[in-house]
Amino acid sequence: MIAVISFYLFAAMTIASAVLVIFARNPVHSVLWLIVSFFSASGLMLMTGAEFIALLLVIVYVGAVAVLFLFVVMMLDIDFAQLRSGFTRNLPFGLLIALVLLAEIIVAANARGAGSIIADKPPEAAQPNIVALGEAMYSRFLFPFEIAGLILLVAMIGAIVLTHRSRGDVRGQKISKQVDRRPQDAIQNKQPAVGQGVKL
Amino acid sequence: MNLAAILPELILTVSAIVLMMVAALGRRMTPVTTWASVAALIAACFALLGQPQSAGALFGGLIVADGFGAFGKLICFVSAAVAIVAAHGWFERGSEHGAEYPVLILFASVGMAVMVSSTSLMTLYVGLELSSLASYVLASYRRTDERSAEAGLKYFVLGALASGILLYGISLLYGFTGTTGFAGVAAAFARDATPSIGLLFGLVFTLAGLAFKISAVPFHMWTPDVYEGAPTPVTAFFASAPKAAAVLLSTRVCLEAMAPATDAWRQIVIFAALASIFLGAIAAYGQTNIKRLLAYSSINNVGFALIGLAAGTATGASAILFYMAIYVVMTLGAFLCVLRMRTADGQPVETLASLSGLSQTRPALAWAIAFFMFSLAGIPPFFGFWPKLLVFWAAVGAGYYPLAVVGILGAVIGAYYYLKIVKIMFFDAPAEPYGKVRAPLETALIFLSALVISPVGYFLIGPLGRLADNAAGSLF
Repeated sequence: MIAVISFYLFAAMTIASAVLVIFARNPVHSVLWLIVSFFSASGLMLMTGAEFIALLLVIVYVGAVAVLFLFVVMMLDIDFAQLRSGFTRNLPFGLLIALVLLAEIIVAANARGAGSIIADKPPEAAQPNIVALGEAMYSRFLFPFEIAGLILLVAMIGAIVLTHRSRGDVRGQKISKQVDRRPQDAIQNKQPAVGQGVKL
Repeated sequence: MNLAAILPELILTVSAIVLMMVAALGRRMTPVTTWASVAALIAACFALLGQPQSAGALFGGLIVADGFGAFGKLICFVSAAVAIVAAHGWFERGSEHGAEYPVLILFASVGMAVMVSSTSLMTLYVGLELSSLASYVLASYRRTDERSAEAGLKYFVLGALASGILLYGISLLYGFTGTTGFAGVAAAFARDATPSIGLLFGLVFTLAGLAFKISAVPFHMWTPDVYEGAPTPVTAFFASAPKAAAVLLSTRVCLEAMAPATDAWRQIVIFAALASIFLGAIAAYGQTNIKRLLAYSSINNVGFALIGLAAGTATGASAILFYMAIYVVMTLGAFLCVLRMRTADGQPVETLASLSGLSQTRPALAWAIAFFMFSLAGIPPFFGFWPKLLVFWAAVGAGYYPLAVVGILGAVIGAYYYLKIVKIMFFDAPAEPYGKVRAPLETALIFLSALVISPVGYFLIGPLGRLADNAAGSLF
């Protein structure tokens, strides 16, 4: 009973907030509705027992993607009224794409002749799927996992190589020089006569 | 777990990570990282020798240590080392990050080593992506140069699209076979007399993604732009190691994972082969930039290698290995000569017009370029003729006479633009002479590669042929 209620609650929340993403006038509100939509979708995932995907939705989409959207919306000076103005002009083209997509979905839904889909052997039912994934990743698929780590390292090096430039006008901190500095190098004792300034 | 079998990859990974830290000390470390990387690649080549390199399936069948992989790794490591040597003195002027160049090449080499030894769609993809990602960065290495930035961006966007297509194909193959291992995929293909539509879609998309990486027609559009815009040592690298690795990877995918569906992929490979040969030959006519011209030459050469694949036999696979080994020598030699094309104050020039009358101003360079052009055209008695003969022989052996005849016709058409360069160098009025470049090691490399592709190279037929036969044998 409680499962049914919470399913309908999450499902309704997902659809309602997704609709509000489109209809909200303020783009910041749109992004906030998007976050609500992600949260409700992750609730649905949790109910079907896919807790890994549920967590992924919250961590990756809410934590990173949606916040990035929010930053973009707030930081960039985009005139949303102007973006919306071409609606009627672009409507026929949009409808055409929608029709093509609809046709594709209908064809794909009826593509039974394509052959039988074979599932890999499912994990033990008693095992939470995060545990199953972790075990597969660090034992059976250790090799590609490590190579994926190298890919991320290359991406990091590449980003630095392509964007970093050393600037002459930046004063970096040289800790060894700071520590080496002695009082007698830095302090001068002067005894100026009355009425005269100090010359350094 | 037998770590000795992945010793080459381990050597390269560890040295790349250590050298990355060294490179962080600044550009004065460029010579250190350069020579240390070359040493690491040579060490990795020596690690390819010995028993563990034929240990068979590793990591539960994700990769394999066999003769085919070792042959591919040898080609990739040697060409990567030459690409690093060629860049020596190129990035030291004017670039802040010359020290990171060899590090990225090392990472790309790890990716290529994974590619040629992968026996699972998963390792295939991560290897391909590792080498591609490093290549995208290398293409835009001279970031202040607009053409280089454009090349990097184009390569990245189109490469990402190709990766998407490849992944789509892989996901279909996984969905309809239930496994990512090549052996499992082959078993699924063998189960039915005619493969299901889903499997065929997966096959087509996977081959399309791979065709992009080897720049076979009709997925070649990025090649001339990227080859022209990228810094010349990087272009030399692109045209040799990653291309050879991708060709060998495609060979393994076709002959291992999709062997029972040979009739399905053969028509695709035949089309790509003939289209590459003819487009590479005809589109090169109007080019005035030597790097663009060599880009079309590489498209053309990939077509010939694919003829060996279309044969689908052990002879064909051996011919592909032989072809790629000699192709890499010819291409690297040609690009080392292009690196010599500099004005008196050291600025690189790339126009064909500047080669005019080179035989009078720089006879040695002119003769070297002429050697490489004759060999790339496949004109006997130069050694470039022999691998072409081998692939045609393999096609004839498998009963594909029309394919061989049309391919030979394409080779004749392609010879025109190679000979045009020779004509410009030897029979036209001299242009402004090039500046002198003092680089004894590169001169030695040019001499060595010219020696290999000269008629002297026929002494290599025995040992190299045995290696290639042995390597191809591990696929069947």
